[in-house]
Amino acid sequence: MKFTINWLKTHLDTKASNEEIIDTLTMIGLEVEEVTDQAKILENFTIAKVIEAKKHPNADKLQVLLVDDGKGGEPIKVVCGAPNAKTGMMGVFASTGTYIPGADFTLKKGNIRGEQSNGMMCSEKELLLSDDHEGIIELLNDAPLGVKYVDYVKMDDVMIDVAITPNRGDCASVFGIARDISATGLGNLKDEPIKAIPASAGETTIPIELRFEDKENPACPLFAGRLIKNIKNVSSPNWLQQRLRDIGLRPINALVDITNFITYDRGRPLHVFDADKIAGTLHARMGKNGEKLEALDNKSYDIDETMCVIADDSGTIGLGGIMGGISTSSDENTTNVLLECAWFDPINIAKTGRKTGINSDARYRFERYVDPSSTRDGIELATKLILEICGGEACEIKVIGEKNPKERIINFPLAEIERLTGLKVSYAEIKVILTRLGFWLSGSGEIVKIAVPTWRPDIEQKADIVEEVMRIVGVDKIPVEPLPALSGVAKKMLTPSQNNRRLARRALATRGLKEAITYSFISQQDAKLFGGGDKSLRLANAIANDMSDMRPSLLPSLLRAASRNINRGFSDGAIFEVGQVFLDDSENGQKNYASAIRYGSAKINGAGRHWQSKAEKLDFYDIKADLAAMFDVLGQDIEKAQIIAEPAIWAHPGRSAKVQLGPKNILGHFGEIHPSILAKFDLEGPLVAFEANLDALPKPRKKATKSKPPISLSDLMALKRDFAFVVDKDIAGADIIKAAKNANKAMISQVNIFDVFEGGNLEKNKKSIAIEVIIQPKDKTLTDEEIETISAAIIKAVEKATAGILRG
Amino acid sequence: MSDISLEQLGEQVLSDIKAVKDKNALEQLRVGTLGKKGSVSALLSTLGKMSPDERKIMGPKINALKQQVAKEIETRQNELRAIELELRLKSEKIDISLPLQPAPTSTGRIHPVSQVIDEISAVFSGMGFSIAEGPDIESDELNFTALNFPPDHPAREMHDTFFFEPDENGERKLLRTHTSPVQIRTMKSQEPPIRVIMPGRTYRCDSDQTHTPMFHQVEGLVIDKSTHIGHLRWVLEEFLKSFFEVDNIKTRFRPSFFPFTEPSMEVDVQCDRSGGEMKIGQGSDWLEILGCGMVHPNVLRNAGLDPDVYQGFAFGMGIDRLAMLKYGMADLRAFFDADVRWMEHYGFRPLDMPTLFGGLSS
Repeated sequence: MKFTINWLKTHLDTKASNEEIIDTLTMIGLEVEEVTDQAKILENFTIAKVIEAKKHPNADKLQVLLVDDGKGGEPIKVVCGAPNAKTGMMGVFASTGTYIPGADFTLKKGNIRGEQSNGMMCSEKELLLSDDHEGIIELLNDAPLGVKYVDYVKMDDVMIDVAITPNRGDCASVFGIARDISATGLGNLKDEPIKAIPASAGETTIPIELRFEDKENPACPLFAGRLIKNIKNVSSPNWLQQRLRDIGLRPINALVDITNFITYDRGRPLHVFDADKIAGTLHARMGKNGEKLEALDNKSYDIDETMCVIADDSGTIGLGGIMGGISTSSDENTTNVLLECAWFDPINIAKTGRKTGINSDARYRFERYVDPSSTRDGIELATKLILEICGGEACEIKVIGEKNPKERIINFPLAEIERLTGLKVSYAEIKVILTRLGFWLSGSGEIVKIAVPTWRPDIEQKADIVEEVMRIVGVDKIPVEPLPALSGVAKKMLTPSQNNRRLARRALATRGLKEAITYSFISQQDAKLFGGGDKSLRLANAIANDMSDMRPSLLPSLLRAASRNINRGFSDGAIFEVGQVFLDDSENGQKNYASAIRYGSAKINGAGRHWQSKAEKLDFYDIKADLAAMFDVLGQDIEKAQIIAEPAIWAHPGRSAKVQLGPKNILGHFGEIHPSILAKFDLEGPLVAFEANLDALPKPRKKATKSKPPISLSDLMALKRDFAFVVDKDIAGADIIKAAKNANKAMISQVNIFDVFEGGNLEKNKKSIAIEVIIQPKDKTLTDEEIETISAAIIKAVEKATAGILRG
Repeated sequence: MSDISLEQLGEQVLSDIKAVKDKNALEQLRVGTLGKKGSVSALLSTLGKMSPDERKIMGPKINALKQQVAKEIETRQNELRAIELELRLKSEKIDISLPLQPAPTSTGRIHPVSQVIDEISAVFSGMGFSIAEGPDIESDELNFTALNFPPDHPAREMHDTFFFEPDENGERKLLRTHTSPVQIRTMKSQEPPIRVIMPGRTYRCDSDQTHTPMFHQVEGLVIDKSTHIGHLRWVLEEFLKSFFEVDNIKTRFRPSFFPFTEPSMEVDVQCDRSGGEMKIGQGSDWLEILGCGMVHPNVLRNAGLDPDVYQGFAFGMGIDRLAMLKYGMADLRAFFDADVRWMEHYGFRPLDMPTLFGGLSS
C-alpha cells in the first residue's frame, strides 16, 4: 500500500517528522517496506528545450536533437528515439553522469550510429513517474528553462510503501492509515462527515439487478449505482495527477483517476461505466463457462462459473470487484457515466484473483474486506469529484441488495491486557486508544463492553482487543520478564529416539562419513526400485518428476548424490543420512532410518592410492564396520544380533546380509548394492551401503540404579590356543566361533578368527579358517590335561558343527 | 705360578678386553678367561695344589683378578652396546615428511542443519524445554483447521501446499507446511505446563534461491496459566543472544498477523549489512528473523484447553535460514544437494558437539 506523507496529512493533523511517522507505522503493525524521497532521486533532472530536431542520418527511427539546458553553454547534441521529440518542445533533460532510476543505469557519453549523444531527454518511465515509455515527457511551453524538474512540479514528497497484513483491509487506504496513526497520539484524524450530493437529474434510469442462484451468500450482495449525466471526461487537474504519479500510477482521464484516487484514499474501489455503452440491464451474476472478458488491461480472460461478473445484455462487461471491461469503459467522448459501488465476497474475489492472475487495486482491497457501510460515502465522494472536475448532473443513487456489517460487542475484562501481555495500561488510556481506532466503550468496573467498528471484521474476541491496545502502546513497552524455571537443573531434553538419531550422526561422522540431507520426495522410478511407489505416498501436485513420491528408503537419494559427485570428478566418497522414510501414509508409517554408502575407494582410512596401503576395493565388511560402529554407539552389539544371508531388494544376493533381533524385528540390511540397481543410477561398483531402522532398536530399559555390576578380575593368566579347520566354502565363520565358544562356555572367554584362506593345497570347494581361543581360568591354574580336554572339546564341537576337519 | 706371571696374565687379559671391537669377540674372550677352561679359571684350579701358605697369598690375588676381569668385561660390554646402539640409531632414519591418510574424524562431517538443531536444542534445554515431534504427512485438520486457518485460506490451495490424492473417504492428506501441527498434538497429549520446541522438516510448493520445496523449521510452545508476552520477549532475546553467541542483541517486536496467534508479532534483529556481509547483533539495520505471538484462543480451544484458564506463546523460525545467517551460506538449494565439497566446507566435525558447558560452536 503506497501513499505519500503529504497525502497522509490530508487526513492527519500532525506536526510529527517524517521519521517519527515512518517509525510509528512499523511499530503499530504497518510494516514500512520502502521509503522513497522522490525529490532526491530526481534532483539532477532539469527542464530543457529542444532547439532543433533532425532525422538521424543513419537511422530511420532516431532523431538528432540540439538541446538547450538553460545553463548558457553550447547546445547539447542528443540522439533520441522518441517519436514525439520535435523542435521547440520543452522536456526533461538528464546530462551525462546522471543516474536514471527507471532504467537503472548511469548515463554516459555515447555514439549512436555515428552521431554523438551527450545526454538524454527522458520519458516518464525513466523518471519512475509512470510506466509510460512511448515518448518523452512534454512540458507546457511556459515551463521554466534550466529549473530542476522536481521544483517545477513541486515534488517534495516522500513516498511510503507499507505491507498490509491480510487482516487489515481497513488500512489499504490513506484514511485508514491516518486513523491508525492517530490512535498513538501522533496526530489527530481529520474525520469530517461526507456530505450527500443532491440529485438534480432525477432517477438513475439504467436497470440494475443481482442475479444469483445462491440467495443466502451471493458473491455480490450489494450493488449501488448512480448515473451522472452530461459530463466532460477531461484530464485530471494537476493535484490529482500528482497524487497518482507519486504512488506510481499513471493518470489516464478524470473518471478513471477519480476512482483510483478514492480506491487509495478511502480503500473504496469504484467503477465507472460509459452509461451509453451499457446494453439493457446491468447485472451481477456468476459467470458462465466459455464466456470471455476483454479487460481494461487489454488482455482477454476466460470466465467460468466460479467467478462473479458484471454483465449487460451483451454479455460480461467486467470481473466484479477485480477489473472492468473495455466495451463499456469511459473515454474522452463519454458524456453519461454510471458509477458502480458494490460489495463483493472476499473469498470469491481471492479465488478469482488467483485464477486469473489479475493483481488489481480493487482485488487487493476486496479480498481483504471492504467496509460495506462505505458504499454510500464512496459514491458521494466520487460524485463530488466528478461534478467538480467533469461537470454534469447527478441522478439519485440506486441501491440493489444489502450487506449489513456484523455488529460485534465484546465483553472485555480490563485485566486481560496484563494477563496476556504483562503490560499495565490504565482504563483511561485504553479508552483513548480504542476510541481513536473507532471502537465504542461503555460500562465501568472490571469488565467493559466494547463495540467493534464496521471496518474491523478481524476483531472477534478478547485477545483481538488486547492486540489493538498492545500494538498502539508499543510492544517495546512490555517489560521483559524471565520465564520462571520449572526445576533447579533442567531435566534431560531428548527422548531416546531423538538421542539415537543425534548419536547415529556423530558415530557415522567419526568414521569419515559426511552427512547429507536430501529431499523427502524422490522420483517414482527410484521409489519403486526400493520397494516404494505406492499411490498413497504420491504427491498430487509434485513440482517436479524427480520429487513425486515419498521415499521408502534413504538410499536412492544417496546414490543420486554419489552419481552427481562422481560426475563432478569426485569419484571416492562416503556419505550418510539420518532421516525419515515413509512406509505408508500413516503416522506409524514414518520411520527414522540411518543409511550410509561408500563408493569409489573410500575406505575408513582414506580413499585412493597412498604410500601406506594398497588401494583395495570396498567390500561388505567395510560397510558392516560402519553399521557396527553406529549400533555400538546406540547400545547394540552387532555380533549379538542375527546376521542372516537374506539380501535386501537393492542388494547383491551373495554379498549382503540382513541384521535382525528376531524374524519380526529387523534392524537393517547391509552389503554391496546390486549391479542392476547401480546401472539405473549410472554407477559402477562395488558400492557398499547399509540401511538401518533406528526405531527398531530395543528401547533402553529403565534401571533402578546407575551402578554397574561388580567387576571380577582374575589374577590367573589367560591362555591362547590356535586351531585351523578345513571346511566347505559355504560354512559360515560365525558358526565356527559359536561352536568353539559353546565347547566350554565357562572357560572360553573369547574366540577370534585370525585367518581365512582359500586355494593353495586346499581342495577347490574348501577353505581354511584359523581361530584363536582365549581360555580364562577362574580359580586355579589349569593343568596340561585340563587344557588338553578343553582343546579336544573345541575340535570336536567345531568338526561336528561344520563337518570340517582340524588342519594338521 | 708366580706373582709375576699372574700379573702378566692380568695385564694381558685386561688389555685384550679393551681391544675387543665387538660383542662376539668379547664373548669369546670371556669364555677364554672366565669360562670353565678359561685362563683365569685355570689359575683358580691351581689353588688346590698349593700349600696352605701359598694359597693364603695367591687365593685372594687370583680371585681379585677374576673379579676385575669380570668387571672389565661387563664395562666393555656396556661400551660395545652403546657403540652398537649408536650405530644402529644412526642407520635408523626415516623420512618424516610423508603425509598421512586423513583421520576419519577429520573427514567426517555433520550437516549444518543437524548442527544448528543441536545448537538450538542446547540453548532451549537450558530453559527447561523438551523436544516434541510429529509426522511429516499430516491431516488438513491438524495442519490448518485446528490452527485457526479459515476454510478458504490461500495456503490451503494446491498452489502452496503439497497434497496427496484423496483416500476412499475423500480425506486428502498433505505434507505439513509448518511444524505447528505438533503444537496441537502436544497440547492434546500433554497436561500443561508445556515447554517444548518442535524442529522438523516442512514443505511448501516453492523453489528458488531462497526457497526449496522442503525446508526446516523450529517452533516453540509454552503453555501454562501465567506466561505472557513479557516472558516471550525474554525467551527469544535470550535465545538469539545465545544462538548468535553475542553479548547483546537488539530486537524489535513488530505487531503482525498469523491465524494461529493473537496478538501476533514479527521479530527483527539488529544487523549490519555493510561490506556485503551480514553481521547479527551490530549495526543499525533490522533483519526479520521470526514470527511469534500468544497462542490464539481458538487454537487453545481446538486443542481442548480453556483460553480463560490456560495461556502461552508460540514462535517459529527457519532452521536453514538461521544456519545461513550464522554460518554464511548463500544458497539454500545447496543444503539438499549433497555436494561433497559443500559438505566438507560448511559441515561440522563429528566431535564439535554443541553444549551449554562447552559452548555452541568452537
